Amino acid sequence: MESKVLRRLERAYVILIFAFLYVPIAIIVIYSFNATKSNVVFSGITLDWYTALFNDDDVITALINSLTIAAISTAISAVIGTVGAIGLERQKFKGKGAIDLLIYIPIVIPEIIMGISLLVFFSALQMDFGILTLILAHTTFCIPFVLINVKSRLAGFDMSVEEAAMDLGASKFTVFRTITIPLIFPAIISGAMLAFALSLDDVIINFFVSGPESTTLPIKIFSMLRFGLSPEINALCTIMLLATFVVLILSQVTKLKKKKIE
Amino acid sequence: MLKKKFKVLSVVLAVSIAAFSLAGCGKSSSENKSTEKVVNLFTWANYVPDNVIKDFEKKTGIKVNYSNFATNEEMLAKLQAVKGGEYDVIICADYMVQIMGKQKQVLIQPIDKSAIPNYKNIDKAYLGQYFDKTNKYSVPYSLGSEMIVYNPDKVKKDIKGINDLWDTSLKGSEVLLDDPRSVIGMALTKLGYSINETDPAKLAQAKEELTKLRPNVKVFDADTPHTSLINGDTSIGVMWGSQASAAIKGNPKLKIVYPQDGMQFEEDNLIVPVKAPHEKNAETLINFLLDGKESSKVTTSIEYINVNTAAKKYMPQELLNNKAVYVPQEELKKGKHLEDAGSASKEFDSIWSEFKQQ
Repeated sequence: MESKVLRRLERAYVILIFAFLYVPIAIIVIYSFNATKSNVVFSGITLDWYTALFNDDDVITALINSLTIAAISTAISAVIGTVGAIGLERQKFKGKGAIDLLIYIPIVIPEIIMGISLLVFFSALQMDFGILTLILAHTTFCIPFVLINVKSRLAGFDMSVEEAAMDLGASKFTVFRTITIPLIFPAIISGAMLAFALSLDDVIINFFVSGPESTTLPIKIFSMLRFGLSPEINALCTIMLLATFVVLILSQVTKLKKKKIE
Repeated sequence: MLKKKFKVLSVVLAVSIAAFSLAGCGKSSSENKSTEKVVNLFTWANYVPDNVIKDFEKKTGIKVNYSNFATNEEMLAKLQAVKGGEYDVIICADYMVQIMGKQKQVLIQPIDKSAIPNYKNIDKAYLGQYFDKTNKYSVPYSLGSEMIVYNPDKVKKDIKGINDLWDTSLKGSEVLLDDPRSVIGMALTKLGYSINETDPAKLAQAKEELTKLRPNVKVFDADTPHTSLINGDTSIGVMWGSQASAAIKGNPKLKIVYPQDGMQFEEDNLIVPVKAPHEKNAETLINFLLDGKESSKVTTSIEYINVNTAAKKYMPQELLNNKAVYVPQEELKKGKHLEDAGSASKEFDSIWSEFKQQ
């Protein structure tokens, strides 16, 4: 008898947690179909905001910028982060302890300080502000996330597999390519996804380091607050959510397929 | 052997990359910039409406790069960091123009009125303001004013001015702007002082007044104060004209009142930074925005007060009747303009923090 009540409580708890997380998002999706501009009163269904969104060049450009920057920074930081993690975990060299700590700085530092310092740095180099400076800035704060993820995965790594491969005559590079990478791949992917989300999300650093031709989506949305958020943004959020779900579902399906084949 | 070679190679590579980035980027491409058919606009999103931008691009063939900021202070930080370059036209608040003019290295340049024939369209009443008495650096773009909006079904009292907001019958029913200068300004007005008061004794009195106001406030919202009025969360509030207009659209029963002691005004201005890369295009854009027809399109979209005499004949009747958008001239004369608080900013900040925490 007791366990039934407990089970019900557990289920209620889970439902509440999910509601807390997802009801606000559901409201945004619902209001993207709102007939009036308000985000308070729902008065009828329309697809007008979606058409407005597709015609709004500014928002689309900002979105493309954000996605491009996020994709490139994630790719670069995944490579650098992985290589760095392997080096830091397995090598011993002078100053290792210091570097181990310094890695955490881009994570811990307040964004505004990082933004301003990058701005001063790029100004001193007289670089043109634009997509390139944005990518450099994003890569900088994305690397630690990938690095830490991979490093912790490497900590519990069983070296005997690698040693066996080397005994059988594989070169170090082959070992790296065929054994190490596949085994730490989940850590790389999760680090990369985190980096992607952070890059897409970033406002403060973007503001300081962007140029006149490279507005990103979060800056655009924040700035729209002054003159009233249009449900166009709700439409945009709905589309991004759909895209995320599609990617997640596809990845799960391929995972299941792989398992079936094995 | 191999290990040593690798080490040397990697060091050489690192040094050469550093050297290249320092040298290659040194020469900025400013030579061919001034002939580009591009203009860099920097202001709040949607403040210059899309249709106006497209009209400009079609008419002149000049591409508009529209960058955004959320607050004036951010804009100033960015402009200081790029040393007055990068952007051609900036639209920002009046007190910001005052601050930028006062800086040691002035960040804005005088605007050549002879290159802007439409300047004559600006209503003289809005020129020659305190922050730029000769309009050397700035051209008015639009004007915002703070007004009171309330629901007559819920508020039985006849609301005439700022003082009425202190009425105890309004307990827990007000929405105020999340803006220290606006709210503290209200207390200073009630005491009969200037909203730009810096005397610590008078500011302390304002602080006392605010403690009496606190129980009446339910919501602080600078971005969408009309929301809580429309859905009934609050029944009276202070907000900017365009937000008041949105409130009326959401609930036509709401009423607008111009505070009888005078409204707080903020004039947004067009300015040109000192090292603007495309000066000629900047002048073309400013002239375009001052055209009567384009100006009316701007006001239709953003619903702030229009300062352009030539625009009036293009305005739709409903806008001319909109109390939130068409504020009569007498109110401007009574109005108060926000100035930079200078050294008293710290006082304002601490009063505001304590007020909000109550």
